[in-house]
This record gives sequence, C-alpha cells and structure tokens, in this order.
Amino acid sequence: MTEPVLSTLGVCKRFGALQASRDISLELYRGEIHALIGPNGAGKSTLIQQIVGALAPDAGRVLFEGRDVTALDTSARARLGLARTFQVSALAMEDTVLQNVLLGAFAARGGRLGFFGAAVRRGEVRDAAEAALARVGLQDLARARTAELSHGQRRQLEVAVALTLQPRAFVMDEPMAGLGTSGSRTLTGFLDRLRDEAPILLVEHDMDAVFALADRISVLVDGRIIATGTVEEIRRDAGVRRAYLGETAGESGGEPA
Amino acid sequence: MTRETIFNLLLLGALLAVPLYARAVDEPYLVTLATRAAILALAGVGLNVALGQGGLVSLGHATFFGLGGYSMGVLASHAQGYTPLLTWPIELPGTTSMPIVWLVAVTVSGLAAWLIGALSLRTTGVYFIMITLAFGQMFYYFAISWPAYGGEDGLSIYVRNGFPGLNTLDPIQFFGIAFALLLLTLAFAALLARSPFGLALNAARQSRARVQTVGLSPYRLQLTAFVVSGMITGLAGALFADLNRFVSPTMFSWQTSGEILVFVILGGVARLCGPVAGAVLFVALEHLLGGIGDYWHIGLGVILLMVVLFARGGLIGLLAGRASVHD
Repeated sequence: MTEPVLSTLGVCKRFGALQASRDISLELYRGEIHALIGPNGAGKSTLIQQIVGALAPDAGRVLFEGRDVTALDTSARARLGLARTFQVSALAMEDTVLQNVLLGAFAARGGRLGFFGAAVRRGEVRDAAEAALARVGLQDLARARTAELSHGQRRQLEVAVALTLQPRAFVMDEPMAGLGTSGSRTLTGFLDRLRDEAPILLVEHDMDAVFALADRISVLVDGRIIATGTVEEIRRDAGVRRAYLGETAGESGGEPA
Repeated sequence: MTRETIFNLLLLGALLAVPLYARAVDEPYLVTLATRAAILALAGVGLNVALGQGGLVSLGHATFFGLGGYSMGVLASHAQGYTPLLTWPIELPGTTSMPIVWLVAVTVSGLAAWLIGALSLRTTGVYFIMITLAFGQMFYYFAISWPAYGGEDGLSIYVRNGFPGLNTLDPIQFFGIAFALLLLTLAFAALLARSPFGLALNAARQSRARVQTVGLSPYRLQLTAFVVSGMITGLAGALFADLNRFVSPTMFSWQTSGEILVFVILGGVARLCGPVAGAVLFVALEHLLGGIGDYWHIGLGVILLMVVLFARGGLIGLLAGRASVHD
C-alpha cells in the first residue's frame, strides 16, 4: 500500500482521570474519505485537535506527508497543507464573506502580507477567493456580513476558506451539522468530488452522509478505536453495533436493514 | 460618501479652522490648544492601531509617548548645552532638527514596543493589560531616578526644534506640522485597515483559531501591529515635548496611558477618526471645565460613563452610525 498522507501513531492524551485518547493509530490515504465516528464524549474532538496541532499528545506521533509534525503548531501544519474546518464556526464574524475567503487566499500565497493596497482589490488573489466561494455556492453572498449567515452557510464558508489554501488533506469536524436535508445533500455531493483533490478525514454525526461518502470508517469509543473498515465491514461489526450504532440507531437513521 | 467620512472631514476641518480663526483674532492660546489636541489625537491614532484593529488593550502606551518625549528632550538638551550625546565609539552631538528627532523617537519607541510586545503578547486579556501597565511603571520609575536628565523634575528645553523652511516658533506653523503629521498618519492607518495585513490583523482579533487555520501566526500579526502602534504614539510624544518645551516622568505615568485610552474609547474604538474626536473633546473639556481645578475629571468621568453605557461606537458611533463593512 502507498504511504498515508496523514497518520497518527499511538497517540495518547489524558486529562486528569479521563483518558481521552488511548493509543490511537489511524491513516488517511490519497483519494479517500475516512470517516471518524463515535458517540458523544468518545474523544473525537480531542483527536482532531491533536491532528491539527491545537493540542499536544502525551505520547505518540502525528505524521503528515511522511514528515513528523507532532511538534508543529496549528499555523505551521496549515502552511504544510493541512486544512481544517470547525465544528463551531471559527470565522471573522464582523467581516464580509469575501473578506473571510480573501484571508485564506492571501495566506496561501505565503510571504508577508502587505501594508498597502486594498485587500479586496481585483487581481489573482481575489479571483482565487471568488472561485472558492463559487465552488461552495456562496458567490451571491460575497458582500454579506458573516454574522448574518445561517449555520449551514457558515459551514460552507469554512469549506471555501479551506479550499483557498489548496490543501494536501482536509480535516472536517461535522461539516453537515445544521445544514438541513437539501444542504447536506449538496455538500455530500461536493465532498464526494473533493476527495480526488485531497483526502478528507471526516468527523460526522450524519450517518446517511457517512455511509454515502466514506471509503473507510473508524469507530472511536472511550478514546479507543474499536474498529476500522469499509462501510460494509463496519455495518456488520458486532462490537460496533453494540457500542455505537445500536444505541443511536433511532436518531441516526443510518441503521442497516 | 458614508456618513462617517463626512463626519471625519467636518471634524478635521474644524480642527484646522479653529487655529486659523484664532490667529485671525490674535488668540495664540487657542492655537496652542488646537496643537495639543492634534498631538494627543496622533497618540490616540497610534493606540487605535493596537486596540481598534488588533484588539490589544494596552495600558502602557505612555511608555512610547514618554520615550518619544525623552528622545526629543535628551537630543535637544545636548544641543542646547553643546555637550555631545555620545563620545564613544563616535562623537555624536545632540540635535534640534525635527526630522532627526522624529526619526530617533520613532525608532526608540518602535524598538521598545517590539521588546515589550514580544513579552506581553504571550498573554491575553487582563494579563496583557497588567503586563503593559507594569512595563509603563518601570519606565516611569526609571525616568524619575535618572538624574542626568532631570529625574523627577523633568527637563526644560529652551529652544524649539527647527524644521527646514519653517519658523517653528510661530504657533500656527507648529500647528501646521502637527496637523500634517496627523493627516499623514490617519491616511496610513486607513490604508493599513484595508490592506491584506489589516484583514489578517482584524481576523486575529475576532478569532485566533481562524488565522491559525489559514497558517498565519496571530502572535506575529499582533506584534507587528503593536510596534506600528508604539512608533506612532512615540512620534506624538516627541511633538508633545516640543510643544511644551518640557519633558517629565509624567509622560510615562499610567495616567497618561489611561488618557490615551480615554481618547480612543471616547471617540470610538476602531473608528478611523475616533481618537481625533476623543482628543478634541478631551482638550475642549479640559479647557472649559479646567477652571474648577482637578475636579473637571468628574465631568469627564460622567461623559466617559455615558459613552461606554449608551454609545458603544463612541462619539463617532453616536453621530455617524454603525461602522460600515469596508470593501
């Protein structure tokens, strides 16, 4: 098998008495969508934070494109091409939609940010920003204040900002949350095509989306990965059914027939 | 043109008209007051870069104001005493040339802002406020206990610094210099706010995670803003010392930091001409209410309270409405 784009090796994290990550190893390969699922409190967010560099693991390593990035902070990992979207939107709420994508487009060019010249002036950077907006379908809201967007639109904007970075891998924390049925269907179609551009590590509660999109699924329970496999393997796995799918089958709607 | 732009033009027009009128009716004191307002506004414009755009509540900007002032004082005192500033490694005389004084003031305060910022920007919130305050107090006590330049008594300068081609002893010409520097700095601040750097700095204020996620460092953005901010306030300090022909440790005091903060809050945080409106109002109140002694601060306190409670955008917000999204 080829080298994974992104991987964790034996990552452990403890908060006092709570063991949030227990010896977690997972890989994200080129061209795939790898979904990370698990009940609330399983440690998904803690793992994501260690992968993107917001939290340092107690033990274990994070590798990105063959390079040990465990010691790098979030900005450094982002510069290497690791793009992230947040569960709770982290956007510049006072700014316009266009300004938010412009930030990504300027940052992606590297080097120093200029003191002069309007950030919104027409040119390559603005073109890149507008192209990213158009890809997620927000082009008509470019001049709207970000705070005025719906939750779903904020998610789309986060994806658009991530796109401007031309990343080597995406880490998406519940991009479907708050989208509604049609929005979530649109985004599912979009992510489906996006995987060829860069692989996606997807944390998601929407089981329809997970089963539709994922090439592989890892199930996290109590800080431990109890199973990794294809959709079919995970659906059949007795341990997974017991620990996770069974107890949430009612609300997830993703229970296999 | 937005309402805010019209208001800004009226405000700057009034600040220019008052000394011109005062000169016509021969009221030199009014010219000095307007000059004082322009210089204090400049100090506020400096703080507004850190506070308004960067969200950095600095209670230590007197440090830069004082360093600018002492740069002028030290250079001029050597010039008027005909003593060299340095004898080793090269002999350097003092100077009374404004451009050189400004350059020194801006460099010294920029370096100080870089050092202070590099340390204090590792903290946020109330800790940042306290650390900047602590640095301010350090400089204050250092100035008091440094007898070579007057210590607690301060330093009187008997000459006014010169500017090529101008008679700086003429109050209106000195006002012109201060006003021109204020306009230039405002233009710079306006460009900065709209630039890619300003975009990132404003985003870092709203969400640190956002700028980290696109691969930028909030620390570096804020440090750059803090240095620019300190340089502008340092320039204002040099002009202030020149206006009074006197520098004293008071320029370093935490009350001075507080006053600069008051200009910005009174006028409108993050509003381009907020510090101008704030400083003009401050100087006007100081002049009109000053007759009742130090008690005039009570009046100022009441107004500040009203602004904070009922006009969150400061005077500019009250008169010109909510900030527009600039694009």
